[in-house]
Amino acid sequence: MEKVINLNMPSSSDGMSRIDGRLKVTGAAKYSAEYTVEGLTYGVLVGSTITNGTITSMDTKAAEHAPGVLAVVTHLNAPKVPGFQPDPSKPAPKKGPLKIFDDNKIVYNGQPIALVIADTYERALYGASLVKAQYNKEPHQTSLQESIGKGYPPHGDGLYKRGTEDAWKLAPFKVEQEYIVSTNTHNPMELHAIIARWDADDKLTVWDKTQGVKATQNDVARLFKIPVHNVQVNSKFVGGAFGSALRTWPHEVAAIVGAKVVKRPVKLVLSRADMFTSVGYRPYTWQKIAIGATADGKLTGITHEAYGQTSAYENFTEGTVRVSLNTYACPNVNTKYNLVSLNVGTPTWMRGPGEATGAFALESALDELSYDLKLDPIELRLRNYAEVDPESGKPYSSKFLNEAYQMGADHIGWKERKQEPGAVKKDGWFVGYGMGGGMFGAYRDGATVKATMMTDGRLILQTAVSDIGPGTGTAMVLIAAEKMGIPADKITFENGESDLPDAPMQGGSGTTSSVGSAVHDACAELKQKFQKLIGNGDTDNPDYVQVLKQHNLPLLEVTTKSNGGDERKNYSMNSWSVHFVRVLVNAATGVVKIDKVASVADSGHIVSPKTARSQVVGGAIGGIGMALMEESIIDHRYGRYINNNFADYHVPVNADIPQIDALFVNKPDPYINPMGAKGMAEIALIGMAAAVANAVYNASGKRVRELPITPDKVMA
Amino acid sequence: MKQFQYLRPATQQAVLDVINKPGTKIIAGGTNLVDLMKRGVATPDKLVDINHLPLKNITITKTGLHIGALALNSVVSENDLVAKKQPLLAMALKAGASPQLRNMATVGGNMMQRTRCGYFYDTTMPCNKRVPGSGCGAYEGVNRMHAIFGGSEQCIAVHPSDMCVSLAALDAEVIIAGKKGERRLPFTEFHRLPGDHPEMDNQLTAGELIIGVEIPDNNFSKNSYYLKVRDRQSYAFALVSVAAALDIENGIIQHARLAMGGVAHKPWRLFDAERSLIGKPASEDNFKQAAQLAMQGAKGYGYNSFKLKLGPATIAEALKHAAGLV
Ligand SMILES: Cc1cc2nc3c(=O)[nH]c(=O)nc-3n(C[C@H](O)[C@H](O)[C@H](O)COP(=O)(O)OP(=O)(O)OC[C@H]3O[C@@H](n4cnc5c(N)ncnc54)[C@H](O)[C@@H]3O)c2cc1C
Repeated sequence: MEKVINLNMPSSSDGMSRIDGRLKVTGAAKYSAEYTVEGLTYGVLVGSTITNGTITSMDTKAAEHAPGVLAVVTHLNAPKVPGFQPDPSKPAPKKGPLKIFDDNKIVYNGQPIALVIADTYERALYGASLVKAQYNKEPHQTSLQESIGKGYPPHGDGLYKRGTEDAWKLAPFKVEQEYIVSTNTHNPMELHAIIARWDADDKLTVWDKTQGVKATQNDVARLFKIPVHNVQVNSKFVGGAFGSALRTWPHEVAAIVGAKVVKRPVKLVLSRADMFTSVGYRPYTWQKIAIGATADGKLTGITHEAYGQTSAYENFTEGTVRVSLNTYACPNVNTKYNLVSLNVGTPTWMRGPGEATGAFALESALDELSYDLKLDPIELRLRNYAEVDPESGKPYSSKFLNEAYQMGADHIGWKERKQEPGAVKKDGWFVGYGMGGGMFGAYRDGATVKATMMTDGRLILQTAVSDIGPGTGTAMVLIAAEKMGIPADKITFENGESDLPDAPMQGGSGTTSSVGSAVHDACAELKQKFQKLIGNGDTDNPDYVQVLKQHNLPLLEVTTKSNGGDERKNYSMNSWSVHFVRVLVNAATGVVKIDKVASVADSGHIVSPKTARSQVVGGAIGGIGMALMEESIIDHRYGRYINNNFADYHVPVNADIPQIDALFVNKPDPYINPMGAKGMAEIALIGMAAAVANAVYNASGKRVRELPITPDKVMA
Repeated sequence: MKQFQYLRPATQQAVLDVINKPGTKIIAGGTNLVDLMKRGVATPDKLVDINHLPLKNITITKTGLHIGALALNSVVSENDLVAKKQPLLAMALKAGASPQLRNMATVGGNMMQRTRCGYFYDTTMPCNKRVPGSGCGAYEGVNRMHAIFGGSEQCIAVHPSDMCVSLAALDAEVIIAGKKGERRLPFTEFHRLPGDHPEMDNQLTAGELIIGVEIPDNNFSKNSYYLKVRDRQSYAFALVSVAAALDIENGIIQHARLAMGGVAHKPWRLFDAERSLIGKPASEDNFKQAAQLAMQGAKGYGYNSFKLKLGPATIAEALKHAAGLV
């Protein structure tokens, strides 16, 4: 019997539970650091204590002689990584990934200068504390604010213009403000970890936390100049990543080099402090945004400027100013995007990358404009609703954002909101409402899935994709169950190993779309194979077991590669979200409490209701963290992080999080893929920080333009 | 971390026999000490486990309430006698750390916990508390969490405890055992100000063991409140906290106790502000005046200057709650 699933229940118990939920809560799910590998040794990294300069000498004697220590790997003795060596046939690139242990240069504080390997973790840790380095210190710069004058465009002139430049200046209503998003560190619960084992001189196996086993496989093969198929990368379970595992980092290279040195497998688990310096972060970004509007709330011009921080050795760019080009219908837009190179590690994509930073500025500035115009913030957005992509002029493949506004407004009780800030006070707390929107491109990449039907009626799906926690496996099983017409519990999903069929990185909210399409297509092809066997293309759901038996087959399999067609040429494809927040602001102390959240996603058809809900709730929580408390703080005199632990780097705890209601428009996109499903992970966070800031203003009249919104900024 | 020896002497006397040796550290719940060992801040050669000593009881004495040094923070915070006689203590404990930590943390360990100053925790940074003479990283550094009262150029760290703020307010006494027998200290005199010796947190000397605290009976149980302002709703140290206790008769304040956390190297008792309230009606205006008085001598160091404003706001708010005006 068909069950009606109510997607918009506040805490939906409907929908299939996570296929790996039991494994995860019972501890049976094995993460990269948990594999038992024969002869395993343990590595601990030593970080530099200066921020810029060179190592002049290293004293590793004490460490080498410490009990259990097998090796101390430094730039002085590390075997050269072939991929780090300059290619004489090409001009040397000015910038590039950090070459760990390749030379004596220090470009940021905490940069790994040694790997101590011992027979136990504790002994390696103690050995690491004995490594001493002498440095030649040079002046450093870690403050973006102090070096904004040294900003440079990463490509070309970094400028974009549509219509007239700075058109906002001529408008009767205008807002011009500066906004700051502080450095946020991904801090997934699972620490980054790798076990590296050389199986032969040119053959390697790694158990590694990565969002893309194939990408890691290729990187490692290239760096160590060994055949790609000789590198096996396993990442069966990933305990969250949020972007931090989207690339190959120096510690992974260090473990592989270390395993070569000690001729035994090496396990390297980063410490929580290492997580702040080794695997990227959301970069500190300064923005200035100016918006002009007519008296009836039509946008006439947006000017958006952003300076994001990057390392001294790589340019990391993201779509910070993109939000101003394509979120609302506005004839005149000009943007400027610059980087500031500092003595810090390279940032990386963090959930809602760029757009989340940009949306904080854009959605805050629009809120400020709405007060000047005395116009409801939703109404302001509706008056500038983009019916076609404002940049390309293409129609949208689907967009139901106006319905999302309505759903969210109804759900949060928007009509209780007073336009006047500070108008509602209850028991010493101001009450306020705010909203903020998000948008992110909806992608689809090529992916390959192998589908095998067994004689016991089990369907096995195989593909290399990582599942970092959003419920990919669950969604894939549901897609296959529907396509094949078999119960979900007959389907097994195998993933996260590099010898499985090709799949893209898990990132950019693209997995359900890309891999889901491949699952869909593989199932369709497999079904056809069955239909061909029985010579009846009309049988909707053949009795697979029966057919296999009749034809005396042990199994039937297909390996299907799925690519989108050229729909993308004709349509602009995006997911949208809108977040509604009710906050309480303590009139005396400036403490902000989130009282209620309704987040609405317009992300096409919802394939897996339960895990989709978790995605949206998780994104909202991440957004609350970004808004109220997350900030990686550097003491610029030393260039070192001073809050690199979970006591001092605050992420939300249960007490900070009220009931969060996840709502879905749930209308399929007709063009993007066979399921009609669009991405959801990024939009679940994009716009949330502004929604909180806007609610704080509505409650208290205090506009905070620098995240995080801590009590001192609200009370002052 | 550095290798160490683990000892578990059978009796209190046997513990006292070993703890005066240099390089020896008592371990109770371990929630602070083990962190410090992992970071290389504490490097003991010997750990003396005292968890089995019979110092867990919470009992009524002739003059007050006795709490053993090994009573767990969670147990004390849920105890009926505490709830009835000293609810301020229970509130302060529940505002501290997380349930998991409180399940391990002891009363003695809580008193002895060290500052959370980031410069103290990072062995590559200057810190006079960790390495006397190395300088103070916080003085001109990121000092958002730091002291506004009683600091010195050597150190502006704060004592991070919530429990201690309430015990300072409630005129508790610390009971200490040493080789020569027991001694008692007023709680407000147990912790020190940094002065020129920030490496010394308190008056406990080598070889001494805290065995308990005692809180004298009072009339505050109806009108007390612990208000903690922090960056998140749980599991965060105080930006500023206030323990407020009032004895109100017919709307007039008979006695008042006030102490602040997150503002000094020790729980910061506000004697002048307390005195200013006596004989006055429990009103918002009077609370605000007392709060202003309390801030005399406060000094901001940059990042923490907001505490000069947050401090009095929190005092007035805590008093309003204690008086039932909110
Ligand atoms: C992440 C985190 C957050 C926290 N948040 C808060 C908070 O918000 N508020 C708060 O108040 N606290 C907080 N704490 C601190 C917590 O309260 C203390 O760690 C705890 O109280 C220490 O007690 P313990 O028994 O574990 O001490 P241990 O770690 O065992 O010992 C601490 C010190 O006390 C000494 N010691 C222990 N018992 C005795 C004794 N009987 N006599 C003499 N010396 C003794 C030890 O030698 C050691 O030096 C937090 C801790 C952590 C890790």
